[in-house]
Amino acid sequence: MENGFEPRIVGFLCNWCTYTAADTAGVNRMKMPPNVDVIRVMCSGRIDPEFVLKAFALGADGVIVSGCHPPGDCHYSNGNFKTFRRMPLLEMLLAQYGIEKARFHWGWISGAEAPKWTQLVHDFTEQVRALGPLAWQRELASKED
Amino acid sequence: MPKLKLGLYWAAACGGCEIALVELREKILDLDAAAEILFWPVALDYKYHDVEQMPDRHLDVCLFNGAIRNSENEHIAHLLRQKSKVLVAFGSCAHTGGIPGLANLYSRAAIFERAYLTPPALDNADHLLPQTTYRLAEGDVTIPQLYNTVKTLAQIEDVDYFVPGCPPQPPQIWNVIEAILGGSLPAKGSVVGANDKTVCDECQHARQEKRIKKFYRPHQIIPDSAACLFDQGILCAGPATRGGCGALCPKVDMPCRGCYGAPAHVADQGAALLSAAASVADASTEDEAARIIGEIVDPVGTFYRFGLPASLLHRAKT
Repeated sequence: MENGFEPRIVGFLCNWCTYTAADTAGVNRMKMPPNVDVIRVMCSGRIDPEFVLKAFALGADGVIVSGCHPPGDCHYSNGNFKTFRRMPLLEMLLAQYGIEKARFHWGWISGAEAPKWTQLVHDFTEQVRALGPLAWQRELASKED
Repeated sequence: MPKLKLGLYWAAACGGCEIALVELREKILDLDAAAEILFWPVALDYKYHDVEQMPDRHLDVCLFNGAIRNSENEHIAHLLRQKSKVLVAFGSCAHTGGIPGLANLYSRAAIFERAYLTPPALDNADHLLPQTTYRLAEGDVTIPQLYNTVKTLAQIEDVDYFVPGCPPQPPQIWNVIEAILGGSLPAKGSVVGANDKTVCDECQHARQEKRIKKFYRPHQIIPDSAACLFDQGILCAGPATRGGCGALCPKVDMPCRGCYGAPAHVADQGAALLSAAASVADASTEDEAARIIGEIVDPVGTFYRFGLPASLLHRAKT
């Protein structure tokens, strides 16, 4: 099973910082694993915890949420404040659902930190690969009766 | 006009939905005048055998309360679907899983262990666990199989309407009965006997901008009756819960517990409530946010108190 397992990771990135970093990394041909499917949102404060739960429910093995550094980088002045208030609670919730802590990462990467993004993609992909598939629907089916 | 043929059933639930029907008080006589009750195990002496004998779609309406937690619940749900023209998921348990749905945080094995092996007041030296069949001299006796995962009615059967609430409030039940009798039910799949807006919309407490320095559980604080409970740091499910109950709990200074389920256009009630609760933590640094949020006890039990099986993830990985 672990042989040939390629983690499917969903990354919710804010338009102004982390998405820009990811874009810069791409433009500069920086190498990174192709495992992260990026979803661009206007602000990390727009990331409803429901998005993360839905990603896991629909088959993501890992989820990344990343935005602008607090306190001052947010394009909308304090959208990232909402993020750092919500994400710790979401972490507690995921723990109760039995989803390993290492499958969910949230943090900050500015537009100027493309190498930090590629490093995160490397490290997180390997971290999730080591855990194996989450396969939530299969997990549910196995606990049916 | 022929009487409406009505069936009522109680699956994995506490019986409160049955009490709510009796709470129609004198209107129950109107119900009796308009409807013929053909199946209601809790009140009338009909057996499963009687339902099996009915032609298909014989019942005009079946009000089904309770979650699907064992093989008997599921069997009867399929049977009543077959025998009913309109199947209604009645009450929180049938609608979203209800309190029994919190069992989805555990496995069946863990539940059996807690119930039959480790309770301090139990003497079970032989470590006996319930079996679904037992052989006696007279033959085999069987009991239903407890499922590992609690489900909502709609997760195993085709449901026509949903009446939310733990229990559904009697005036709302009567509205639904009138709609059924008058033939004015909305489109299939609708939630009836409730509003589209949230509990906050019908709550009388005065709301200000929320800035929470500390969250309280209801027993830790005597709230100001005029002000919004959430503003005072009490986790209230009102912002993420469908209205229709008349904000009964906030009316007596208890926070909304979320029994009417997610409002229209919200897929996951717990995520909506989590988002609402965390966003108002009055923290301008990550450390402070972690401290305020970290004091919230049992997020799943608080945010999905009545709806874990209906949530996006359905259950815990155990």
